Amino acid sequence: MPGYNTISFRADRCTGCAQCMDACAQRHSEDGDRAHSRIHIVEGEREGSWELAMCRQCGDPQCVLECPAAALAKNALTGVIDWSAERCIGCLLCTVGCAYGGIVHDGLAGHVIKCDTCGGDPACVRACGEGALRYLTSARLYNEFGDREDLFVPGLAGCQGCNTELLMRHTLRRVGPQSVLATPPGCVPGMGSVGYNGFTGSKVPVFHPLLTNTASMLTGIKRHYKREGREITALALAGDGGAADVGFQSLSGAAERGEEILFIVIDNEGYMNTGMQRSGCTPYGAWTSTTPVGREAHGKTQDAKNLPLIMVSHRCEYVATASTAFMEDYYAKLERAIAASKRGFAYLHVYSPCTTGWRFPAQKNIEVARKAVETNFVMLWEYTPEAGLRLTHPVDHPRPIAEYVEAQGKYRHLDEEQLAHIQRHIEENVRLIRRFAEDPGVARLLAGHA
Amino acid sequence: MRHTHYLIVGASHAALSAIHAIRMTDAEHDITMVCRDGALPYSPTVLPYVVSGRSDPGSVFLRDEDWLRTSKVRFLSAHEVCRVDAAASVAELASGEAIHYEKLLVASGAAPVRPPIPGLDGVRYHVLRTLEDAFGLRKALERTERAVVLGAGLIGMHAAENLAHARASVTVVEREAQVLPAYFDREAAGLIEAAFVRAGVAMRTGCAVERVHSDGEGFTLALSDGSRVSGDLLLVGTGVVPVTGFLKGSPIEIDRGVLVDDQMRTNVGNVWAAGDVAQARGFFTPAKIVSGIVPYAVEQGRIAGMAMSGDPGLRAFCGTVPLNTYAFFGNHALSVGADLSGEDCEVVRRVEPGEGRYLKIVLRNGRLAGIFGINVEFDAGIMWELILREIDLAAVKRRFLDDPQATARSLMSKHWR
Repeated sequence: MPGYNTISFRADRCTGCAQCMDACAQRHSEDGDRAHSRIHIVEGEREGSWELAMCRQCGDPQCVLECPAAALAKNALTGVIDWSAERCIGCLLCTVGCAYGGIVHDGLAGHVIKCDTCGGDPACVRACGEGALRYLTSARLYNEFGDREDLFVPGLAGCQGCNTELLMRHTLRRVGPQSVLATPPGCVPGMGSVGYNGFTGSKVPVFHPLLTNTASMLTGIKRHYKREGREITALALAGDGGAADVGFQSLSGAAERGEEILFIVIDNEGYMNTGMQRSGCTPYGAWTSTTPVGREAHGKTQDAKNLPLIMVSHRCEYVATASTAFMEDYYAKLERAIAASKRGFAYLHVYSPCTTGWRFPAQKNIEVARKAVETNFVMLWEYTPEAGLRLTHPVDHPRPIAEYVEAQGKYRHLDEEQLAHIQRHIEENVRLIRRFAEDPGVARLLAGHA
Repeated sequence: MRHTHYLIVGASHAALSAIHAIRMTDAEHDITMVCRDGALPYSPTVLPYVVSGRSDPGSVFLRDEDWLRTSKVRFLSAHEVCRVDAAASVAELASGEAIHYEKLLVASGAAPVRPPIPGLDGVRYHVLRTLEDAFGLRKALERTERAVVLGAGLIGMHAAENLAHARASVTVVEREAQVLPAYFDREAAGLIEAAFVRAGVAMRTGCAVERVHSDGEGFTLALSDGSRVSGDLLLVGTGVVPVTGFLKGSPIEIDRGVLVDDQMRTNVGNVWAAGDVAQARGFFTPAKIVSGIVPYAVEQGRIAGMAMSGDPGLRAFCGTVPLNTYAFFGNHALSVGADLSGEDCEVVRRVEPGEGRYLKIVLRNGRLAGIFGINVEFDAGIMWELILREIDLAAVKRRFLDDPQATARSLMSKHWR
């Protein structure tokens, strides 16, 4: 079954103004009476809180099974549950099947009504000035990428809840079979992408360089193919340790020379597959096995270096940060990074929470990733020589940093002073990045593209 | 002998729901669906509308050939299972063919009961359970001036209304003192009856038929109050009974219907039953009951399908809650739950006879037991869920009684959004 576009509701943003209901009634009736609305905002349990009753266009819709007249059917193309006025006998059995108030009797019209998503341009979403209703179209990614060939073998053995497998598989699906993959020591080869028992773990040529020479080896391979007249994408999937610390010399060199490489760093803030040692990307205050917590020590005492910003000053064709909680943003950047890697060095830095090393429950990975962005702990931006630095997901009203650190065991020991330090560091970083974003010329000066 | 992994007897809501559930977990094993009817799957509920012409008989089918093919279902329509040898796991068809099965679902539904009224055999009468019945009734309507409907249950009432729409003069005769006794109390039934009377239907409740006399082309009924009713079309809608005849002689336990446990399994390990033929636990009563309504055909079919295919997501049947929706002459009536009485019950009613509006809410121990409405909007599915989940309404009682629809939607958001 493909993925479908959907109307999403954020109760915390709803003010109960009911403009969505009026817009719906106007779209679907002559008189615009609110009784014709297919979206229902109802007062929640607390005064001033609001909830939603409307059709969820269920994947396995009960109303369809209940209908004795074949008047309801899930549309395989749009995902909408279509209602046929011609077939409906008005028996109302569908209203028994729906536990969400999604298909209801309209007393004025004399038949049942339900959301039809206005054919893909929902009036309720347009009418909502609060951002409580949104029309999500990210399902197209699932459909598009689901149709492409998965170029990794089945059964990669990541930790439970790890999002890196998602990132690897979808990235290589998009980059495609005409590529050579380098995976330096880290979680990516650790989970089997390089191979085991004499087999490779991917369907494209893959190799396992040293931590120190990934970008150098890819340089040679890319140049070799180029000389042979073959068009390939030279792709690195590296960890932050291999990129920011041990491997930085070769990374910096390749970027500075403008090698045509797509270098993707999966930043989980440390050497997580070898036992969770700190790296240059480990943030201040974090517990790792080499920045322990005890009577004397209280986690890492230095701030993380801002590796993507450092890469901007290498005159790259493209630099961007991304997060697995914002996949539409990631895919858009991946497109641009692939294109840029045909002209020069393209660098993608993906913030990737580590369930094991950061100590949070396996099902919370995307939530932690989202909180990192929504608190401005990390920022999503991209740099191109033409446009300079641009925020792709500006967070103007960040959530309190406590929400982010409290979600992870590695910060459990933090005291007030450490928390204040982290807060200060975030604010400094926001000021710096925003300064670049406000004046594209500044970032281009930093990069050497001015 | 033919062999099949899943054998499904019947082809309506319960059977289709079971196949839907089976194919969620088991894409491969073969399914054979056997049905007496010669048509594609359809629902008996739609038939009164076929009679009146509201529904195009060509578009009432619940599934098409394409679905049968993609779901890998071999559909033996116009075939009847006449005997089941449970020990050998073999079903014998009327055609003489035999099918060996691994797992059997009895979803054979119900058939009209013939009331023991003297003289009934001497006249032509109609029932309404199959498309053939509907076509026959529709044809007979062309020559009908005076129709009489025996029985004021849902089948009889739907049929009476649609006969009236087809411009016949209609009389409804019901032995009980009110219409729809299973779902509404006297007062609500009175509002429904009044709508029928306004539409020109003669309502003769509290009247049993003592004898049927043949009367040339027509007939005359002698009623228990001494009066007589004549007509030229007689529709018998006095109820249905589960179709279990083909299980006679097998060890499968039958009371009114086929007795099943909370996974819809019969006392024979590889035989399940669901829908109008099944007799399963009640929600308000430990006794097993035949529910005979679409929502429970769907629910029981799903549970049976999940059990038969070994779906680990299976949860036990919660028991039957009486449910119904009923639309009549532009009005609508909803009945969800039971009209309980007792010390721990609280009943709230709001009736506006002039407006044709009626609402009755029954709470037991501060939880919803039943809600019954005529021309009052509330979400039947949400109310059903509130009953099944036994949600405590103490904190929102006043709000709930004042505005059950909005309050229930708010509770929905809290409990199962």
